[in-house]
Amino acid sequence: MKGLLIISGLGILAMLAEIFKFKKLLFPMVLLGIVAAYAFNFMEWKTGMSIPYFDNMIGFDKLAIAFSGIIIATAFFWFILANDYFEEETNLVDHFALVLFALVGALMLTSFKNMTTLFLGVEIMSIPLYVLAASKKKDIKSNEAGFKYLIMGSFASGFLLFGIALIYGATGSFDLMQIRSFISEHAADMPLFFYVGVVFMLIAMCFKVSAAPFHFWAPDVYQGSPTLITALMSTVVKTAAFAAFMRLFMVGFAEISSVWTGILAAVVALSLIIANFSAAMQNNVKRILAYSSISHAAFMLMVILANVRSNLSVNALIYYSLAYSLGSIAAFGIVYNVTKKGNENVDAFNGLAKRNPSLALCMAVAMLSLAGIPITSGFFAKYFVFTAMIGTQYKWLLIIAVLTSAVGVYYYLRVVIAMYFKKQDTHEPITIERSNIIVIVLTTAATIAIGIVPGIVAEMFEF
Amino acid sequence: MLAALLILFPLLAGLLVFFVKGNTARNLALGFSIIEFGLALGAFCLFKQDPNACMLSFDHVWVKSLGIHFSVGIDGMSLLMILLTTFLVPLIILSSFTTDHSKPNNFYGLILLMQMALVGVFMANDGFLFYVFWELALIPIYFICLLWGGEDRGRITFKFFVYTLFGSLFMLVGLIYLYNHTNVDGLKSWAVQDLYTAGRSLAENQQSAVFWMIFIAFAIKMPIFPLHTWQPDTYVTAPTQGTMLLSGIMLKMGTFGVIKWLLPVVPLGLEKWGGTAIALSVTGIIYASVIAISQKDFKRLIAYSSIAHVGLISAGILSANQQGIQGAIMQMLAHGVNVVGLFFIADILFRHTGTREMDKLGGIRGMNGNFAILFLIILLGSVALPLTNGFVGEFLLINGVYQFSATMAALAGLTVILGAVYMLRSYQKIMLGDRNDSNVAFGPLATTDKVVLSIICVVVIAFGVYPKPLNDIAEEAVKTIMLNLK
Repeated sequence: MKGLLIISGLGILAMLAEIFKFKKLLFPMVLLGIVAAYAFNFMEWKTGMSIPYFDNMIGFDKLAIAFSGIIIATAFFWFILANDYFEEETNLVDHFALVLFALVGALMLTSFKNMTTLFLGVEIMSIPLYVLAASKKKDIKSNEAGFKYLIMGSFASGFLLFGIALIYGATGSFDLMQIRSFISEHAADMPLFFYVGVVFMLIAMCFKVSAAPFHFWAPDVYQGSPTLITALMSTVVKTAAFAAFMRLFMVGFAEISSVWTGILAAVVALSLIIANFSAAMQNNVKRILAYSSISHAAFMLMVILANVRSNLSVNALIYYSLAYSLGSIAAFGIVYNVTKKGNENVDAFNGLAKRNPSLALCMAVAMLSLAGIPITSGFFAKYFVFTAMIGTQYKWLLIIAVLTSAVGVYYYLRVVIAMYFKKQDTHEPITIERSNIIVIVLTTAATIAIGIVPGIVAEMFEF
Repeated sequence: MLAALLILFPLLAGLLVFFVKGNTARNLALGFSIIEFGLALGAFCLFKQDPNACMLSFDHVWVKSLGIHFSVGIDGMSLLMILLTTFLVPLIILSSFTTDHSKPNNFYGLILLMQMALVGVFMANDGFLFYVFWELALIPIYFICLLWGGEDRGRITFKFFVYTLFGSLFMLVGLIYLYNHTNVDGLKSWAVQDLYTAGRSLAENQQSAVFWMIFIAFAIKMPIFPLHTWQPDTYVTAPTQGTMLLSGIMLKMGTFGVIKWLLPVVPLGLEKWGGTAIALSVTGIIYASVIAISQKDFKRLIAYSSIAHVGLISAGILSANQQGIQGAIMQMLAHGVNVVGLFFIADILFRHTGTREMDKLGGIRGMNGNFAILFLIILLGSVALPLTNGFVGEFLLINGVYQFSATMAALAGLTVILGAVYMLRSYQKIMLGDRNDSNVAFGPLATTDKVVLSIICVVVIAFGVYPKPLNDIAEEAVKTIMLNLK
């Protein structure tokens, strides 16, 4: 909770920076604030008490704290990475404030206990992102991205709101736990519009996590947005959306899982197939990563689908989010630096191993992790999902997942082959800011570290 | 402890070699790999004294909640495989001394890391750990082939990588399925014996599914017809040392896997589908032999001959009797040594004449008699002439397959005749006959080349004349394996 307050405070502070002329100080202040938020978050984990706030609107239980931890840590890396992105911009304080507010929304999504907080979280997170996606004002692709994101996002919000209204109509409550107990008491005589509401919310959440067939916005938005904003979308936003998804369906609607699991299974299967085969046909690295993020979304949805409300699946989802966020931050950090010249195709990576061997090595690790090769954390992430799934009735999904993973290796390796095998077009070495190097190396090292000792994360919730 | 050291040492050595510049890396790697061989010999002596010595196994919890242990151990079969690996790696490194590889530190570092993973595969006593090492072995060899390979390597290594990964993922699902059925005091376990128990408790159709899931991974690695299509291209394109690692050792991961991680797990599945799998293996033998006969490129010929050999090994293993499996183990050792020798000869020919096409070669015996003799010995080992190392294994293998089915044995026995045809024909074309224009100057061999070939020849003859020490260990090992099969 304190973390949430600190980051909200930072957002307001950022808006004041222009007026009171401490723009230069803003960056270190934000970093310090995030570290403090993380520290408070960690302390709350240690004390382990779950206090509800604001009439039980929001509450940081262990699950919320774990996801908040991932989000705050990712955001910390992201800010360091985005250091010079902010310097290039003329109106940097606005951007700082927008990102920080998006972060506030993300933290609310991890910890909501009430449908209204869920909706507020989604909106607080999404609205800054609509603006940020379009923040390259003179670039037509960026404008397209922002516009598309706004239209699609609003559409999804509409679904969400409508779903909440229908559920309120049936149960008479916005509170997640009250809805849950109402369902279990009146399981037999719930009206049809209640189920419609649940499906509407499912659709809305699938929009937010960009699962097929609600994914059409993702490739265009990912490609058009400034690379670092794409990185933010595919890490912080995605983690938050999954935390919300998990809480909503594994806590709120667990009792009526038979209603939504069938639909979700179809969503997962579609996402796996469409995302992996589309990614294999792309040339633009950012589009590849967009489709890859859809396929990873499908994997995380599988955990929710498995719906063993045990610590195994909670751990699996947390581990997956962390592994995916780390790998993505490293990958996007490198993509950002390599594609600065404007060429965003795979051939921009040609001969990178010669131009900058260590950068190529980090990219190779990130790609192998996203592809799920041991001993990177991506492998364990996939492994946990497989373990959660194998006991369920959805073994056919597992087979699809395995087959499409093999397709996935194709497009991740394309980048690796380009780096190590293709002749480079230019010989000029790539210059990277030291801060970016630190982030890339740290995230890559962490990717391997939690792959070697997965227990640190995977045993956070005791059995 | 020694068991853990056998894995840890090449890992550290490999990492160290990455940071050394120039030819020092090469010499250092050779030194390290010889020390590793010494360690393996130490393990061999210990094993001779007491097969259950505590030095030979190591167990440490890795991920507690999931029952994953870092559990490695040496039994008879893995001891033989480790001896093979640690014996071949120094030879492979030494064989590269006459070729200048760019960035030698990365090249030799990767070879040592590869060795680490291979040794790990052979020692793992934990299903999960086995899978991790299995996959880990793929990464160094992928980069070795990608960075130092020949023409069109991007496409070919890519096919290789995706092919094997595809199989591995199925194996992972199969293993997780077994893991999910383990029950040790209410907890799940990855330990090999628990997986055996879990596998056997399954119904027949479940066992069949698991059988195919796991078998596909091994079949791709060996490779078994019709999953072999990655192999000839990869062997030809990879740098010689990569080909040696692939064919000499990595192929044995597949056959080893079948013996340790498939046969004892799903006896009912084996009973039902073993015949089909043997039929596939035998088809592969004949198919690959026929293609080998019509090959023009010597390296490609060896690649196909390797498919034929491994087909016989796999048929022997799947017939699941004492002779078959024991023959398979002996043949794995012999094939490992011989195929490395043959690929090295292809490499020497290419370096001296600039071609591997047999029609363009000829009459080399007249120019370099020593080379002709060494080549002949290795070749005879490969066609399994009595008194060479290939004979014992091949004899036992055909005997084993015969106990399963006489028809299959008759078909599999064709490998002896066909093998002799393509091997002796290639020798005739390359070494005998008139000189060709392209190989006017086949000079004397470099010292390191001579050393490598001589060592291989000594092994070919020594273990052909006196296979007893290895055969004894193999026999004992198979007896314990057979206990698990019952």
